[in-house]
Order: sequence, then C-alpha cells, then structure tokens
Amino acid sequence: MATEFVARGSDLELVGIRKEFPGFTAIDHLDLHIPAGEFFALLGPSGCGKTTTLRLVAGLEEPTAGKILIGGKDVTATKPHDRPVNTVFQSYALFPHMSVIENVAFGLRQRKIDDPVKRAERGLELVQLGHLALRRPQQLSGGQQQRVALARALVNRPSLLLLDEPLGALDLKLRREMQIELKAIQMEVGLTFLHVTHDQEEAMDMADTVAVMNKGHIEQMGAPEALYDRPHTVFVAKFLGQSNLFIGAIVETSANSLAIEVAGYKISVPKDRAEKHTGKIAIGVRPEKADLHQQKPSASSSENLIGPGEVLDIRFTGVSNQFLVQIPNIGLVTVFEQNEGNSTVALGDQVFVSWKVEHSFGLADLPDSVEA
Amino acid sequence: MAFAAFSGGSEKSSYKVPRKTSAKVALVLLLPGMIYLALFFITPLASLVATSLQVPDASGEIGRYQYGFEVGNYWYVIQTYWPHIARSFFYAIAATVLALLISYPLAYFIGVRARKWPLIQKLALALVIAPFFISFLLRTFAWKQLFSNESWIVTSLQQLNILAPDQYLVGTDFMVIFGLTYNFIPFMTLPLYTSLERLDLRLLEAGSDLYATSAKVFRKVTLPITMPGIISGTLMTFIPIAGDYINSSRDFLGSTGTQMIGNVVETNFLRINDYPSASALSVLLMAAILGLVVFYVRRSGTEDLL
Repeated sequence: MATEFVARGSDLELVGIRKEFPGFTAIDHLDLHIPAGEFFALLGPSGCGKTTTLRLVAGLEEPTAGKILIGGKDVTATKPHDRPVNTVFQSYALFPHMSVIENVAFGLRQRKIDDPVKRAERGLELVQLGHLALRRPQQLSGGQQQRVALARALVNRPSLLLLDEPLGALDLKLRREMQIELKAIQMEVGLTFLHVTHDQEEAMDMADTVAVMNKGHIEQMGAPEALYDRPHTVFVAKFLGQSNLFIGAIVETSANSLAIEVAGYKISVPKDRAEKHTGKIAIGVRPEKADLHQQKPSASSSENLIGPGEVLDIRFTGVSNQFLVQIPNIGLVTVFEQNEGNSTVALGDQVFVSWKVEHSFGLADLPDSVEA
Repeated sequence: MAFAAFSGGSEKSSYKVPRKTSAKVALVLLLPGMIYLALFFITPLASLVATSLQVPDASGEIGRYQYGFEVGNYWYVIQTYWPHIARSFFYAIAATVLALLISYPLAYFIGVRARKWPLIQKLALALVIAPFFISFLLRTFAWKQLFSNESWIVTSLQQLNILAPDQYLVGTDFMVIFGLTYNFIPFMTLPLYTSLERLDLRLLEAGSDLYATSAKVFRKVTLPITMPGIISGTLMTFIPIAGDYINSSRDFLGSTGTQMIGNVVETNFLRINDYPSASALSVLLMAAILGLVVFYVRRSGTEDLL
C-alpha cells in the first residue's frame, strides 16, 4: 500500500507554491510549515486562495510551481488517492447511494484494512452517530451529515486532516457544538488538522496557529492571541476583529516609542509594536482597549487621548456596549465597554477617548484610501 | 348533545371538503389520459389477445377467422418461430450492449467533461439528435448502399482478406446488429446524458480523496450513481429493438437468415393473412419483454422505476 496507516499526524510543508488558473493567479508564492499534531487554521475572505491551498494539499489541484511535503515526503506529483490525507468537504460529498456506515467504511475498504465495518462503527461512535449507521445520507440533518463526513475522514487516521469550511452550513448553535467537538476529537486522536474558514471567531477559537490569507498570500501567521494583539497589516487588523486606525506622519521618535500627529493629537505606539519606524504610519487600537471619559482626564505620557467627540450611536450587545464616537478631523472611533450596568454615557454626549500606549499597534501598510 | 353532534358533523365536513375537491380535480385532470389509455391501449390489447385465440372460419377461406379460444395458436407460433424469437432477443441484447458501450463515454464527455464549455456541450447534444432530422428509413437505406456488395468498403475488406471473396456484409447478423445499434444510440445517449449531467463531481473528488483510484471511483461511485440512466437507456433501446423489423428486413440490412419477430408478424399479418399467428407472436413478444424488464429492473435494484 502506498499510504501507511499512521497513528499520529505528520507535518506539512509548502515550499514556494504558486497556482495559476486561466486568467488569474489564485496563489502567489506561498511558504507554509505546519508542525505535526497542530490545529492550523487558514483564515481569509472568499477568493483569497485558501480553498485552493487545501485542494493543492489534497492533490485535487496541481500547483503551477512549488513543492508539497507531507511528513518530509515530497507528494507534489502524487495522485490524491496516494496521499496520506483526508478531506472533510464543505459540501460533505457523502455518497448518496451508500448507507452511512458504507460511506464511513469506504476509505478503509479501498486500502483493504481489516474489519472495515467494525472500524467504521467505532468512527461513527466517535461522532455519536452509531445509531444511524444504516440510514442513507439524504435522511440525515445537515449537522449529522457533517459528522458523518468527519467520521469518514477520521477513520482513516490520515497524517493530515483537511477541513474545508465544514461548519459553514450549520446554524450558530450547532456550529459552536461542533467546534468544541472537533477540537476535542483533534486532541484525542492527535492528528494534524488544516482547517480552512472565513469565520475569524471559529479560527481563533479552535486553532493553535492561524494564518490570515489575502489575495493569494499569507498576510500574517501566529497564535490567535498574538495575531489579535499585534496585527501587522491593515487587512489583518480589520479582518480579525475590529480596529480603530489613525494615520499620520511620524513626528517624534524616542528610545522605545514613536508618535504621529493626527488633527493636533499626538498618538504614540511602542517601537517594538510598530512594523515601521519612519514616514507615514497607521496606528491602531482595538475598540475594547479604549476607554470613554465624560470629563477630560489629565494628560499622561502612558496614555493616548483624543477628543472631545460626539457619541453618534450606542449599540447594546449584551456583554458590552458599543459606542460610535465622531471626533472632529479624525472620524469615527469605536469603543466597547464591558456591560457592568453603570454606563452613564448617552447619545449626543461629548466624550474623550483614551487608551494605553502599550495597546497601540503600528502597521506595516496604510489603508487603500490613503496615499503614502 | 344534538348541538355537539351537529358541530362535530360540520367540523368533519369542513375538514373533508378540500380533500374531496382535490381528489375531484385530480380525477378530472387524469380523465383525458385515462380515456386515451382505454381507447388506444386497453381496447387494442383486448382485441389483439382475442385475435390471437381465433380459429379459421368455417368457410375455410384464407384470411377469414372467427372468434374461438384456440390456445394452441401460441404453441404453434412458438414451435414454428422459436429461432426468430431467440434471434430477436440475441440481436436486441447485442445491440443494446453495443449502444451502451458507445453511448456511455459519449454521454460522459458531453455531460461531464464538456461542462466547462457550454457551447460545445449544446452542440454535441444537438449532433446526437441530428440524425433524427432525416428519416430513419432513408438513413438505414443509406447504410445498405454504403455496405452493398459492390461498395468500396466491401471490396477493400475483401482485398485485405478480412472478408472472403464471396463474403458480403448486407444480410449478415453483423449488419443487422450494426444497423440496430446505430439507429438506437440516441435513445441510449440521452438518458445517460441526463444522469451524467447531474453527477456531482465533488463525489468523485471525495472518492479519490478516500484512496480510490480513478478506475475504482468509476466503479464504486460514478457507475452506481448513474445507474438510473443506464437502466432507462437500456430499456429505451432494448424494448423497441426487440420489436424492430426494419433493420432486419430483406429490403434493408437483413436477409432471410436475419428475420426477427417483427418481420414474422409483418409477413403473417400483411402477406399470409394469418392474423391469429401474428397476434399470438405479438402477445408473446410483449409478455417476454415485460418479464425480462421486470427481472432486469429487480436485479439492478432500481425498483422505483417500475
């Protein structure tokens, strides 16, 4: 048999991958290394090349250039059926002419593994669908079909499990449940998971490492906390959560911080949290890191302070209140405040916005609308 | 009490009225079809069965028969014409299998490979149907000309020693099966195309992702999923082929040695005026086809077609 029956995941390495389709380039020079046993998420908007990347790893597409290594072995020229990889497809792609148990046993039968039905039954138990083994896929709900698709891939114990937005078609509650279940299964079986999604919450929630993809390349990669805390580009700052961005020329540089001037306000960022140290720069802050003040607070070198501005909108989301503040010459600033039941800020109030300098981040690029 | 009974009654009727109307509407809509079936299927069928049991008229005049219950007619035609019956089914099976082997790749190309080019897909589909624009008789006759004893095809084959100097094509089993296959290929291709066109290619990707080679994917996924198309395609070719009498006729591609049931029915009915034998053969053919079809559909596990 060309593929080994492995008990643990393998690492995946993409080297200089490039994929062109007639008329456009889906992936433009991609290098990626996913360590064995990791839950890795490829996050990006639709059309960013993340599904193409997944299909390249599965062998369903051929790269125009570059190499794919699974567990150190070059599989670039290998057919999909010879790769130690299984996919949970977005559409589930369950075989309609087979029972659930036969769907799950399919891969095992192809590899002539002993006792395919017993193993398939155990696989179905893992996703808690043992009682539906004899049904046809069409008779199951979306969530159940999704779990069958997962079991069908998992029973093969692939070195690498590819998940192509498998939770996309599920409703919110079921999606949350499946996210927890998936994560638990991944920990239990110790396989390498490559999860493709456009849902940033899902990616941050489940993955050990997230790579944010945009227009065929990886913008930034890292642990979810690190990505959220220090986005490097405008795209990441905006795609992964929300950000307030302030753009200006650097007017002051000290030993460990630099500052820009925007509409008469000085906004500082620690040097080690800025991607560039000269010229024009975009400095951002997350809405929940900013505070509202109804009285002007005393100036402090460790705080950035802007305002006053008018509260244009207050949105109540349960856990937090989201304020939209119009600051003259700067624009709209979003501030989230934990709902502690003591907010006195009302619509139309004049407020100041402040945040700790250490919560600022300086980006490598500028928003498209701004000239460098 | 009385009030309760009354209200119960009215409730019942108010519940039943819409159902009754929908049943009535369905009946009215079905009526034309049912009348048609009664007039043009049930009546002729009954008349056919009755004719098949007729006995010669007391006058003894040729072509005059009276109603009887002569089951022996069936024995007679089976004994006399069993080679024709066997030949009909042999030709029908051979031509159906050939048509399937030719049509499946063709339908696969049009329905699956050509999806990327809708224009080519439509064009190819039009080409499959195009022969219908010319009369079936003319086309069959054209083949006879092409393969006639003096044609360059036959003389070349003779010169290449593929055919013996005194061997010809027209009038052979080969020629009749060729003609039947050719004439019924569109009836095979179209149902196959319909089911292949709907084939979800992601299922094939899933198959290869689950360690199946392309050959295995075809056998385990493509073929079973398109089975309904194969069943309806084979039925739509097998049934008319078994009753065909043009291709095998001496005027077209056949000879006295290639006569099928259809030819015998034609001869008995139109030339010898042996109506009971012709009718008995027709009934037999119908019964045999029906039996075979039921067996086939049962075996292939798509009983929902019945």
